[in-house]
Amino acid sequence: MSRFYSSSVGRKVFMALSGFFLLFFLLQHFLINFLSVFNKQAFNDASDFMGTNPFVQYALQPVLFFGIIYHLIMGMYLDAKNKGARSVKYAKNNAAANASWMSRNMIITGVMILLFICLHMVDFFFPTIKAHYITHEHLDSYEMVVAKFANPVYVLIYVVAFVFLALHLLHGFQSAFQSVGFNNRKYTPAIKKLGNIYAIAVPVGYMFIAVFHYINSL
Amino acid sequence: MTKLNSKVPTGVPLKDKWIHHKDKIDLVNPANKRNIDVIVIGTGLAGGSASATLAELGYNVKAFAYQDSPRRAHSIAAQGGINAAKNYQGDGDSSYRLFYDTVKGGDYRSREANVYRLAEVSANIIDQCVAQGVPFARDYGGLLDNRSFGGVLVSRTFYAKGQTGQQLLLGAYSAMNRQIARGKIEMHNRHEMLDVVLVDGKARGIIARNLVTGEIERHSAHAVVIASGGYGNVYFLSTNAMGSNATAAWKAHKKGAYFANPCFTQIHPTCIPRSGDYQSKLTLMSESLRNDGRIWVPKKMEDVHAIREKRLKPTEIAEEDRDYYLERRYPAFGNLVPRDVASRAAKERCDAGYGVNKTGEAVYLDFQSAIVRYGKEQANIHGIHNPSHAKIVELGKKIVEEKYGNLFQMYEKIVDDNPYETPMMIYPATHYTMGGLWVDYNLMTTVEGLYAIGEANFSDHGANRLGASALMQGLADGYFVLPYTIGDYLSDDIRTGEISTQTREFEEAEKAVRDRIDFFLNNDGAHSVDYYHKKLGKIMWDKVGMARNAKGLDEAMKEIKELREDFWKNVKVPGDGHEMNPELEKAGRVADFLELGELFARDAYERKESCGGHFREEYVTEDGEAKRDDVNFAYVSAWEFTGQPSEAVLHKEQLEFKDIELKTRSYK
Amino acid sequence: MNLTLKIWRQKNSQAEGQMVEYKVTDISEHMSFLEMMDVLNEQLVNKGEEPVAFDHDCREGICGMCSMFINGEAHGPDRGVTTCQLHMRMFNDGDTIYIEPFRAKAFPVIKDLVVDRTAFERIQQAGGYISVNTSGNTQDANATLISKEDADLSMDAATCIGCGACVATCKNASAMLFVGAKVSQYALLPQGQIEASERVQNMVKQMDEEGFGNCTNTGACEVECPKGISLENIARMNRELIKASV
Repeated sequence: MSRFYSSSVGRKVFMALSGFFLLFFLLQHFLINFLSVFNKQAFNDASDFMGTNPFVQYALQPVLFFGIIYHLIMGMYLDAKNKGARSVKYAKNNAAANASWMSRNMIITGVMILLFICLHMVDFFFPTIKAHYITHEHLDSYEMVVAKFANPVYVLIYVVAFVFLALHLLHGFQSAFQSVGFNNRKYTPAIKKLGNIYAIAVPVGYMFIAVFHYINSL
Repeated sequence: MTKLNSKVPTGVPLKDKWIHHKDKIDLVNPANKRNIDVIVIGTGLAGGSASATLAELGYNVKAFAYQDSPRRAHSIAAQGGINAAKNYQGDGDSSYRLFYDTVKGGDYRSREANVYRLAEVSANIIDQCVAQGVPFARDYGGLLDNRSFGGVLVSRTFYAKGQTGQQLLLGAYSAMNRQIARGKIEMHNRHEMLDVVLVDGKARGIIARNLVTGEIERHSAHAVVIASGGYGNVYFLSTNAMGSNATAAWKAHKKGAYFANPCFTQIHPTCIPRSGDYQSKLTLMSESLRNDGRIWVPKKMEDVHAIREKRLKPTEIAEEDRDYYLERRYPAFGNLVPRDVASRAAKERCDAGYGVNKTGEAVYLDFQSAIVRYGKEQANIHGIHNPSHAKIVELGKKIVEEKYGNLFQMYEKIVDDNPYETPMMIYPATHYTMGGLWVDYNLMTTVEGLYAIGEANFSDHGANRLGASALMQGLADGYFVLPYTIGDYLSDDIRTGEISTQTREFEEAEKAVRDRIDFFLNNDGAHSVDYYHKKLGKIMWDKVGMARNAKGLDEAMKEIKELREDFWKNVKVPGDGHEMNPELEKAGRVADFLELGELFARDAYERKESCGGHFREEYVTEDGEAKRDDVNFAYVSAWEFTGQPSEAVLHKEQLEFKDIELKTRSYK
Repeated sequence: MNLTLKIWRQKNSQAEGQMVEYKVTDISEHMSFLEMMDVLNEQLVNKGEEPVAFDHDCREGICGMCSMFINGEAHGPDRGVTTCQLHMRMFNDGDTIYIEPFRAKAFPVIKDLVVDRTAFERIQQAGGYISVNTSGNTQDANATLISKEDADLSMDAATCIGCGACVATCKNASAMLFVGAKVSQYALLPQGQIEASERVQNMVKQMDEEGFGNCTNTGACEVECPKGISLENIARMNRELIKASV
């Protein structure tokens, strides 16, 4: 197993597995956020559940952190290693002729997403943690969301970040399936289609939530 | 004359000769094999399979290839298939029938016992290759599929799409890799053998040049195997790879190995024609196309001119104004006459001025009637009544695409013309050389310890090779014949010990090689190597090509000699010898072709008959067909080098046909 | 047509290289790309200069020897062809054409456009075979039935010519299409099953040791592969390795 893990193929399989986990996380996060569009109470209840449930807090949350950090560090490590596999660059390289921009620039979209995650942590995650574990005050998640999205600059940053996420997912979704060895003449076209739907619908959904609250605040 | 002992086992019937021989020959015990080295030159089907098998048996093999990998040898380019007398189709095939077809197809100029052995081991090749993971084509039941090829009445050709040679070579290569990994084969990629070293009259090593560093190296062994392929590139333009060369075989010849039947060369009828003087090689279109294509030229000279000037398209020429010359001349076999016959007929029409491209050297291969025929058949199958012509053509094209799609695509890429719409243009090109180093039944040349296998030897195809038989012979020699027969010789060497390379013989051979390289690099000449190669090719093609006559051959011998003398005065080779230098590599090869070409012409001159690929215009029947002379020429001509090709001494191995009756080939 | 060529010249593996500009004139559109290079070289030889070294042999797209990176693409702008099958009609009069060697740390330049691809050899030696002796004493070829579908898929993988275009094209210089094709050919056949797990592990290990990059599924290799080897083969290799490891 350690031989597998240290192999190029093994690493890419683990990149894919962490990617699958993040895909799942992204979807559930979106669904909870989306509640804020219809129902303040439901959103706050769901947020409180996620923030206080011990299983979520002590089991899922560490896994999530590990998943993000692993995906991130391994992604950067592999990218550096891959760059080293060609020491002399081509004088002319027509890369667009054979691969999409998204597939060639996962590191760029990935780093942009990382920057957004940092901002997101500062804005939402740390205040929540602080309220739960340090000051022990009750936070109204809904109000926090509404307050943040009243700021048009913040909304703009948010939207741009999700454009990068969409670009990342447009390659990442189907790539993860390929990495774990799932490539099948019958199902792969469907997976690619599903991937494209997911990669556009979920980020657009997130953007919608931000824009919705901004418009509401006017 | 005593030197030409074929060593064919006597006193046993033909079908028992090989078994009997294997039972009687000496073997080397496994412990002793470890102390014996064998050098193999070339890693195509013959060299690759021999290297792998010898290494498995326990010998230490040193294999050499001028390419960067054994897998790139030109066997890889073989398209159609490999014959084997498996009789899977239950159509009455047998070893005898394969033997018979091969001897007859070779126009009765091959050695009976060798051919029978080839047919006998052919079935084993398929078993072996399947076990190695060669993905032969299969039918829906999971069994191996067969196709039929020209000149035979059964389906015995196994194939892997249009890439059979590639798959078989990759099979042999994988077997080699296994032995390289075990350390039993020492693989020397990007190395070229430049001389064979004889010690006490026995082949004991080679001088090779490392093509990357330019280093001249000595390698010793107890036996040397030449598996370096044929000499078709003597014509400059051929279907051979650019690097295919005769240097290894020619050096062996100059050191005492007799060269047999150099004039037996196969000109393949269906190749893409030359498009200009810049052309570097010719591309083959599989023989299978002649199953459905009809070959023609216009009947009227004015149509020919109109086509050449692009005033007229071939599709605009009415049916009655077309000359389907093969169907006209050979009604029984039509477009499926053997290769030599089809090639000559194309040349005859083009010489008469009916060639359809600007060089005047092309005929049409037309699929229109096949498209219509298949289209009508499909319309019936699909129950379409009174289909329109357009519908028929549409349905027909689909079938033709299924059968020949990859070939049509290849043609379109090269010529930029759509063969579904307009007929293909084709012309014959040099493809294979049946002649080669003379070998006995053990595949040993006239030099002790020097063997020749595959296309490099002469033994199995006579004056004309049948389709799908080259792959069979290469693998038969390498997997199943040489590994046994070489033991008979090596059994005397178990006490010899390692052969030293620090001897006078190696020193002299190395010096000769170095001197020659120094000459090339320091000669202040005026012309590139290609300049000479192209000139040689032109002489060969014009005068020693598809049709030959005494006057032309006489001229060719003189012209080649003059060209060779000029080459040694005026050749220019840039760069230096201590690094990769492709011009230097070519210079050495062309120097050898310039000698071989003359011997080739001489052999053609001396063989005063027409047989197989050798067509002498003086020796024809009343209706212009080849006229064989079994009374005076049923022999193998084996040439001994004595200093100059013009002074080579002819030795004759009389061919005996005990199990087969000599007949005139007729395809009318 | 008349063309400007910018070609990588490098005297040997140790020397520094650089792009050098050449002009060629009267190039016929019917020439193959390598015939155009022949014209250039003849020109250079006649001027007493050293011709451009490049790998080539069969010139019919099957030996896998030719290996140029032309105008930013392995084997040039056409699809499904090797450099030797690329024709000049793909270019226009007055074009500038960049010609570079295949680049990867695992493919060091030997001279000019010639690179050392023996890394591929070592990968195959690590397990790219079935361990059967060539004695001929195997079972009859028809003794094991193999479904047409598997035989055809295996054949599709086996058509790889080992040219290295996948490595040259991949932004990571990854060799996974090549190795995936080789692993797949045997993985699809019953003969290859016995050693399947050892084979894939050893071949992947050797591939990693040679210094190739990792696959990020961009799919560029599949597009540029002159033989159309499918990405499915990489997925199959991944599956085989997972199967072998768990």
